[in-house]
Amino acid sequence: MIVGNVVCPFCGCLCDDIVVTVEDNRITAVEKACTSGRSLFLNVHTQTAKPTVDGKEVEWAEAVDVAARILTDAANPLIYGLSSTASEAQRKAIALADLLGATIDSTSSVCHGPTTIGIQVEGEPTCTLGEIKHRADLLVFWGCNPAESHQRHFARYSVLAKGKLTPGGRRDRTMVVVDVRPTLSTRRADVFLQVRPGHDFELLNALRALLKGQDLDVDQVGGVEVARLQDLVERMKSCRFGVIFFGMGVTQTGGKHLNVAELVALVAELNAYTRFTAMPMRGHGNVAGADCTLTWQTGYPFAVNFARGYPQYNPGEFTAVDVLARGETDAALIIASDPVAHFPRRAAQRLAQIPTIVLDPEMSLTAQVARVVLPTAFYGVNAAGTAYRMDNVPLPLKKVVDSSQPTDEQVLDWIIEKVKTCSA
Amino acid sequence: MAMAEFVLITGRTAKQGAALSRGKDSSEYRQATGFVQMSREDRECLGVEEGRRVRLRTVFGEAELELREGDVPPGMLFVPLGPAANTLIAADTQGTGMPDSKGLVVEVELI
Repeated sequence: MIVGNVVCPFCGCLCDDIVVTVEDNRITAVEKACTSGRSLFLNVHTQTAKPTVDGKEVEWAEAVDVAARILTDAANPLIYGLSSTASEAQRKAIALADLLGATIDSTSSVCHGPTTIGIQVEGEPTCTLGEIKHRADLLVFWGCNPAESHQRHFARYSVLAKGKLTPGGRRDRTMVVVDVRPTLSTRRADVFLQVRPGHDFELLNALRALLKGQDLDVDQVGGVEVARLQDLVERMKSCRFGVIFFGMGVTQTGGKHLNVAELVALVAELNAYTRFTAMPMRGHGNVAGADCTLTWQTGYPFAVNFARGYPQYNPGEFTAVDVLARGETDAALIIASDPVAHFPRRAAQRLAQIPTIVLDPEMSLTAQVARVVLPTAFYGVNAAGTAYRMDNVPLPLKKVVDSSQPTDEQVLDWIIEKVKTCSA
Repeated sequence: MAMAEFVLITGRTAKQGAALSRGKDSSEYRQATGFVQMSREDRECLGVEEGRRVRLRTVFGEAELELREGDVPPGMLFVPLGPAANTLIAADTQGTGMPDSKGLVVEVELI
């Protein structure tokens, strides 16, 4: 059987044109996907896996019972992850956090959390990838490397895409990359500005000054000649529709949210000359959905705490790395993410010291240190659901092959019911 | 033997992304995340051959990795996202939730 128009759940591109061949409930071929997407579809397990408690296989009822008791016994439980699950499950995770008085945070806090803080200061420029495909003639990629991290972005949405007002595709667009090192993306660029590590804020600030017509009494800023910055400003002012895509090179380097606020301020000022926007390159398939779902449920996009019976928001206080590294949380529920593989060591070590529960289709490094492991279905491969693309457009994930595993949504429902019983 | 100080950049690569789905215990994932890239100039200056194991050390931790020559500017090292990179980065987020994952000072030692 051939299934067309499948949405790949790997990254924030959510490419919706994947063709998957299924034989005997196994995926045998994947067309159009990038190497990451193809590997995802071809390596999803279809065999039945039982939950485990302390490394021993148990029935679902027992595993859910143990998980619910861990969470209800905890004084300050943490619910974390959410970026590779469907929004239907994200909603249940938030309901559980509310019930427990827990802290809830998503992988946003270690990717574009500073973006959220920055746009809360300066405002959020928005547009869809469709607008960019059809209109944008100046594409700036700042601190990101889509050729490796979002491999089909250029072809589907940006550099190479042929749109209504950009029928020549690559010929109709100018591509600028700002990065600290040459990458596969910089090799494709018309203009590459190599900024010294940690000098993104200065570069953005210099661009704002030049846009305002001010003279700079230096020859270079952050390792980039002022003449080249002036050239970029002229390109920005004179384009028909410009966009800055930005990534971890902006959010994970010194300045963090201040870099994003400066970038958004530049974009706002450019709108005095032309249409200009900015978009974060969201990493995980539904990390944008985690922000959207948390926002419409609690008013806040990440770093939310329910200890007072209502949602409070405070990055640095209620973000996962901080509550773990400071030893403040005494139990953790990790949903569809692998913080042991991706957190600083001190934060990751805490997950092995406290009772940790994992909901994940994969045996992640976090699952290997967890007390309770609940193997669930993979949204977008063996379960349907909703995911938000990097431009916050929701798309339906398909079920391509059957699985006997329950979904994250179902398991969270079971835990919620059990917690209510324990609390009563 | 302590050698020289570099600026550390961590980040995603296509191979690391594809290896994620093979499993974090797979040899593909270990290979995709277990190396450090150094410029040819720095490698020759330090007299280190490719494939040599080196120890990277920051004030937050240390990791042993395979040295590879890469297209990075002199003075910079690149390590793919993964367990090794995580041992080197800070857990202090300065009130943002985001660890310092790029731009840390790192020392290289031959082992």
